[in-house]
Amino acid sequence: MADLTLRQIKKSYGAIHILHGIDLDIKSGEFIVFVGPSGCGKSTLLRTIAGLEEITSGELKIAGELVNDVPPSKRGIAMVFQSYALYPHMTVYDNMAFGMKIAGESKSEIDRRVKQAADILQLTKYLDRLPKAMSGGQRQRVAIGRAIVRNPKVFLFDEPLSNLDAALRVATRIEIAKLKESMPNTTMIYVTHDQVEAMTLADRIVVLKDGRVEQVGTPMELYHHPGNLFVAQFIGSPAMNIVPATIEKAGSTTSIAITGGLKAEVPVATPADAAGASISFGVRPEDLRVATGGTVLFEGKVDYIEQLGEVQLVYLDIGRADAPLVVKLPGNTPLKRGEVLKVDADPATLHIFNAEGRSFARVAAPAIAA
Amino acid sequence: MATARGKSLLGRFGVHLAVLVFVIIWTIPTLGILVSSLRDKDQIIASGWWNSFSSSTQTEAGRLPAPESQVEKDGKFVIEGNIFGDAPAREVSAFGLRSAAPTQYAVGETADLGDGVTLQVNADGSFVLASPVAFEGTRGQRIYFASSAPPRFTTENYETVLFSEGIGRSFINSLTVTVPATIIPIMIAAFAAYALAWMRFPGRALIIATIIGLLVVPLQMTLIPLLQLYNGVALFFGVPSKTYLGIWLAHTGFGLPFAIYLLRSYMAGLPKELMESARIDGASDFEIFLKIVLPLSFPVLASFAIFQFLWVWNDLLVAMVFLKTDASELVLTAKLNALLGSRGGDWEILTTSAFVTILVPLAVFFSLQRYFVRGLLAGSVKGG
Repeated sequence: MADLTLRQIKKSYGAIHILHGIDLDIKSGEFIVFVGPSGCGKSTLLRTIAGLEEITSGELKIAGELVNDVPPSKRGIAMVFQSYALYPHMTVYDNMAFGMKIAGESKSEIDRRVKQAADILQLTKYLDRLPKAMSGGQRQRVAIGRAIVRNPKVFLFDEPLSNLDAALRVATRIEIAKLKESMPNTTMIYVTHDQVEAMTLADRIVVLKDGRVEQVGTPMELYHHPGNLFVAQFIGSPAMNIVPATIEKAGSTTSIAITGGLKAEVPVATPADAAGASISFGVRPEDLRVATGGTVLFEGKVDYIEQLGEVQLVYLDIGRADAPLVVKLPGNTPLKRGEVLKVDADPATLHIFNAEGRSFARVAAPAIAA
Repeated sequence: MATARGKSLLGRFGVHLAVLVFVIIWTIPTLGILVSSLRDKDQIIASGWWNSFSSSTQTEAGRLPAPESQVEKDGKFVIEGNIFGDAPAREVSAFGLRSAAPTQYAVGETADLGDGVTLQVNADGSFVLASPVAFEGTRGQRIYFASSAPPRFTTENYETVLFSEGIGRSFINSLTVTVPATIIPIMIAAFAAYALAWMRFPGRALIIATIIGLLVVPLQMTLIPLLQLYNGVALFFGVPSKTYLGIWLAHTGFGLPFAIYLLRSYMAGLPKELMESARIDGASDFEIFLKIVLPLSFPVLASFAIFQFLWVWNDLLVAMVFLKTDASELVLTAKLNALLGSRGGDWEILTTSAFVTILVPLAVFFSLQRYFVRGLLAGSVKGG
């Protein structure tokens, strides 16, 4: 129902700059996830959109209307807080009805909308309870219900699952995904530091670092075409292996020499003048496999194995003391510590980044991206 | 949640013992005052309140009937009767004839008065005075006796202090001072505390610092300037300078720094998300204060109400300075003080007045104390 446009949004507390000019276009009905490490400004960005923090400079438009100085309640947004922020002295019904009562809606309208929201979230039989008599998951549902009742144009979630235990987190994540499906026109913005939530829920992910947008894209874009080293290492678990290398031959495909001796052919175009440049070479642990043919990307002694059952994480000593190469192999691959292992990867899954950490554009998309 | 489970047996025993000791130390004097205030005034003098449930023994003096009531019987002149006369009989345990030895003879014994005169006093107070010659004179024989009276409890003392001694009037005066002097600062402080905790405006930190500074100003310092101000205002408007309004405002001023400090600390501790959530719901600052912060602050409001109420109720100094000392404005503490001077020996008056005075603080404390322990915030934020 509402597009969001952010233009050069800056936020400072005195001399401390939290956001350094965020530009973002969010389409109506999109599910956007802000993700980034602690202190990257993702919550602050969400709170400026909500109107809980003033914008130092820049423009924020919701549905084409400049809302920089519009109070939170007039922006057509609803927010779900990490700590639920339920009013402890009010029943579930009153919690959900509070906003409408303040707005002076009629009793019958309040009743209708609260009952409807309670129905969606299976809270009907708890309407008379106080928050303290409910479990964490139920409280979170009440918080979501309170947001639904407001009938917002934009739904804001501030790490809504952080306080739930692992099992409940998965269940609630699926509930949120279903909720989004049932409200296709509502724009949702979701802040999390958990990349699993980001990958599973988002239409598009916004990766933030130190108050700047690192990359915006669909989860698969970010995974397969990380724009820079930070995104490459932030998305995916375990993080992508990054090894220093130099370009031997630039062109439509690039030959590189990996520090440590081995060479690789990467199907990524590099400008002709890049030959000889120092670069970073990246490959994801799950893209590495035990070498069977002639090509070998890395060779090293197995330093340590973390057996997770379904898969095992193998740490290969490739001559860099503090940075072993992580290889994710099927759990049933027979391996022993101390054994020398040769691994290679599909060339389409290899990444190279220039000295500033920006990735070179890939010529052909990896087959799995389709 | 802290439970006693983690502590050693000895530690728990120690805690219970300490609690018990405190309860006893606190309860016994109060009980003493209550019991004394309900006793007969003669019995208060005769025995301590801890003896009040057993009969008290007191020594009395009396005079037997005059010789004119003697009758001649079997050649002896006899005076018979009961030493209590028409009064209700008590139990006599001993009697005597000299004030130096008031319990020389046990009851039933026959005392020899010399010249063949004998006196026998029985436990029920009946006596037989016999003499071989006729009694002369107009005054009866002086007699001392120890009698025990059954415990007697009465509300007479309360009737006396409330209606004749002026405690009733002072009680109402005290309430007139205390109730507004408690409510006014709470109302002002709650608004101020919310603003200082949750609203952003320039100079906020300075105001908070000033208020904390005011906490350490002794109120004695302000008495004279304040009284001068009142006198000036009174002169200007032609009204009396010592009024209830004056003392309400004085107590409000003295109570406000602490009230704002206490309430602000509590309100600032409420989860920020609650206020933000309410703002997103469209609530104004006033609505947030009224519908969210005030209900959640009830425990601290109750705590402060108890503090302020007790302080004002027990205050003597401020009342002496800002109120007249005639009956219409004399508060309980001042009245008690006056009674100590004028009726210092009358324990029944003092204990009763004292108990009337502590009744209200007790009632206030017991009616509000549950809010001290109530966890009103449970369930609002994570964990619960």
